[in-house]
Amino acid sequence: MWSVLRSVWEVFLHTFQRRVTVQYPDQMPPIPPRWRGRIILTRDPDGGERCVACYLCSVACPVGCIALQAAEDATGRRYPEFFRINFSRCIFCGMCEEACPTCAIQLTTDFEMSEYDRQNMVYEKEHLLIEGEGKIKGYNFYKVAGLAIGGKGKGEAENESAPVDVRSLMP
Amino acid sequence: MMSTLLEFIEHVWRPLLVVFGVLFVVLNMAPVLIWLERRLLALWQDRYGPNRVGPFGMLQPIADTFKIFFKEDWIPPFADKVLFVIAPGIVIAVVLASFVIIPFGPNIMIADMNIGILFFLAMTSMSAYSVVLAGWASNNKYSLIGGMRSAAQMITYEVFMGLSVMGVVVLTGSFNLRDIVEAQRGLWFIVPQFIGFVVFFVAGLAETHRIPFDLPEAESELGAGFHTEYSGMKFGMFFVGEYFGITLISALTVALFLGGWLGPVLPPVVWFVLKTFVLISLFILLRATLPRPRYDQLISYGWKLMLPLALINIVVTGGVYLAARL
Repeated sequence: MWSVLRSVWEVFLHTFQRRVTVQYPDQMPPIPPRWRGRIILTRDPDGGERCVACYLCSVACPVGCIALQAAEDATGRRYPEFFRINFSRCIFCGMCEEACPTCAIQLTTDFEMSEYDRQNMVYEKEHLLIEGEGKIKGYNFYKVAGLAIGGKGKGEAENESAPVDVRSLMP
Repeated sequence: MMSTLLEFIEHVWRPLLVVFGVLFVVLNMAPVLIWLERRLLALWQDRYGPNRVGPFGMLQPIADTFKIFFKEDWIPPFADKVLFVIAPGIVIAVVLASFVIIPFGPNIMIADMNIGILFFLAMTSMSAYSVVLAGWASNNKYSLIGGMRSAAQMITYEVFMGLSVMGVVVLTGSFNLRDIVEAQRGLWFIVPQFIGFVVFFVAGLAETHRIPFDLPEAESELGAGFHTEYSGMKFGMFFVGEYFGITLISALTVALFLGGWLGPVLPPVVWFVLKTFVLISLFILLRATLPRPRYDQLISYGWKLMLPLALINIVVTGGVYLAARL
């Protein structure tokens, strides 16, 4: 009986406590910077697409919501011909971001992506690709990779020495 | 000529005004209470509750009413159609009839009955029919269990509800609620009759199937109990009936134990309404706090704790009263 009265009193004391509700549309809830929200494709510092169309994100995706087609430009750079994310399937797990070897695909803090039409949840490359570098600044995959592309031969990348002639004995 | 006109006003217009005034106020208590309950529950659970429709969400019950009117009003093919339709009406009719005896102010009561409390007890017992018939007419196991539970609960709690009031009746020497309120001019009956107050309030909770005692509709075990099969406005009537019941019990507790309309400065009706709302808030506070007891616990509290308490209260009150008179 005493415990009943005590709990009644303690519930009554909640009258004077702060309410925990965040009145969302009027008042933004605090979003942590590592929030896994809307997915973007980023560019390198020189403005080129970071995505090399390796399909790793598509493979890593547990719900299979990423579709893309690889292509190669005249200089030998790989890029996705199309890149499509079906956000009505996406579970925002962040596996694609982890799988991406070039930091191209990134998750942002934006979560307000409601649509009236389900078709509008399918984002094409033009919707995904942003102008900036996203969360990772100053990284350019082709500048550090050993791959030869137009304008950059073997051994010309940053921190890379010239290729070794394996047929020669000379140092 | 003048005197007949005054008499006409006194004997025809005034009672009509009181009747319709009371009806208007009581009928509008349901939406007010729905709003109040949701806001208060939210307050005690550190939430906001409805706050979008109108100022402080006050128009939410209107929106809810529109919604419930547009819901499909479905009678299951296996139900007993006549009783199924009548049952929700009984609870409303019976509770509204009970308001006849409530004294809202010194001269504001519909019927100045000398058996006021007995009439109230009779009427609340009738409301058991509503729940039992609803459960039976639904022709559904869970509904029937809900109805049966309600019947047992009503019988248990009705017994000491009646007995708990007897202390007040002994002290006043009348069943008339106006006399009872007048007798509290010196001291509210909550002081000499504290046990009676507690027992009456607990019985009132059980009578209205409010949450610590809502076993007839226990959602977690019976679906929704006696109103499982009800939808649309028929369900709405049970719902509204429950709020009328809360108002009735609170108003009656105020009249019996808390000095009714008596109070300084403010007009009597305001005092009555204020006290009633304090008690209603207490109902809601209990709902916010207490979980539902097991069914056998409910019945054993009734017979083994509350009934003896009520009996002891009567014996002691009667003894003291007689000793004082000798």
